[in-house]
Amino acid sequence: MSELLKVTHLHKEFGSNVVLKDINLSVKKGEVVVIIGPSGCGKSTFLRCLNGLEEIQGGVITVDGLPVEAGKRDITKLRQKIGMVFQSYELFPHKTVLENIILAPTKVQKRTREDAVKEALELLDKVGLVDKKDYYPRQLSGGQKQRVAIVRALLMHPEVILFDEVTAALDPEMVHEVLETMISLAKSGSTMLIVTHEMGFAKAVADRIIFFDKGDIVEETADVKEFFIQPKTERARKFLKTFAYE
Amino acid sequence: MASLGIDVLFKGTNLLRLLQGLWVSIEISLISVVLSILLGLIVGVLMTINNKFLKAILKLYLETVRIMPQMVLLFIVYFGTTRVFGWDMSAESSAIFVFTFWGTAEMGDLVRGSIKSIPTIQFESAMALGMDKIQTYIYIILPQTVRRLIPLSINLITRMIKTTSLVMMIGIVEVLKVAQQIIEANRNSSPNAAFGVFLVVFLLYFIVCWPISRLATYLEKRWA
Repeated sequence: MSELLKVTHLHKEFGSNVVLKDINLSVKKGEVVVIIGPSGCGKSTFLRCLNGLEEIQGGVITVDGLPVEAGKRDITKLRQKIGMVFQSYELFPHKTVLENIILAPTKVQKRTREDAVKEALELLDKVGLVDKKDYYPRQLSGGQKQRVAIVRALLMHPEVILFDEVTAALDPEMVHEVLETMISLAKSGSTMLIVTHEMGFAKAVADRIIFFDKGDIVEETADVKEFFIQPKTERARKFLKTFAYE
Repeated sequence: MASLGIDVLFKGTNLLRLLQGLWVSIEISLISVVLSILLGLIVGVLMTINNKFLKAILKLYLETVRIMPQMVLLFIVYFGTTRVFGWDMSAESSAIFVFTFWGTAEMGDLVRGSIKSIPTIQFESAMALGMDKIQTYIYIILPQTVRRLIPLSINLITRMIKTTSLVMMIGIVEVLKVAQQIIEANRNSSPNAAFGVFLVVFLLYFIVCWPISRLATYLEKRWA
């Protein structure tokens, strides 16, 4: 399989505070990579660097062979290849569900409205929200908003989708419906990078686990089951312990 | 019950004069409001710029306008400047100047607040969808700013219309002044006119401001 996303020697700092040091990572097409780690370890910042929302101070990020550089003119073209779903619901409040979804495909990618609407309705149907297409975001639950946000990202036909703790702000009963949507997306062959605190979900969906701590990749493994039973590093062991109750 | 004195308005051209006075009030507020909105948009955007010097100046401007009574401003501009600076401003221009000076500051602050109240994540999610800066502003940021701004600025507009009653103090014959003239001219024949005529003036202000304030409520609900 071909390499879709490649990160070499990524260095990121806020002033004198180094948040990511010398990160190397490559993701193949169709791979689902789950990033876990304690709060403040830099995993969300890492995702934001990948689509140029944060400037980086060193290293190279490429998607499909093209470099991601924040502030560059063609960053908008590149971002169309990289979908992103955020933690806080970020639907546009002045637009209906359908308008939210078709805005970028019609305005940025210049697809016809009919074409965008047709596909939007198909995708909404898949996540069980087609009857909500004319609702405004304020009329939806948190879980519904996140599923719309996922559909909105999908309609751009991104090569890879980044998920930044998308269930962290949801009520527990809403978490499941969003994770289900992501699992079916993973099964359909999408390339995904997921930052999450849901360990059960991570175990179920990941092809590869990356454990971040203090701005560094501490452990990386394709043996997902083994990682959750017996991680190789002490730091990962300690981290996983915080999720276990006896 | 004693006569309310409304009958005075039906003598001669009294009612017509009162409406003409109302038109003077509306004209002054309309011109000031339009100028305030245009200038306020510029001042509001300037207020969001991170520049210490600019910030200090605009802050001083806003505070001056807020602290100083409009009537004092009117007096300074109309009576004060004539002799000191040799400006020969008509009462109408002085009024429009003062109301615009006031409205621009208030409007600017509303614009600033509306832009600032749009969460960063709205910019970021638009950018994450591949929109450039201009598309982000046109489709995402400005529509939300305007929605927040319209109800707030309509409240400012009604306040400005009401405050135009002050301009009679610099000799402009607007609705309140006409009312006084009518009352005084008929003091002997209708001593109760003060009640009826001022009541009608009250209703006229109400008729002008109420639809505007209803519109604000409607838009607020619709865009909440």
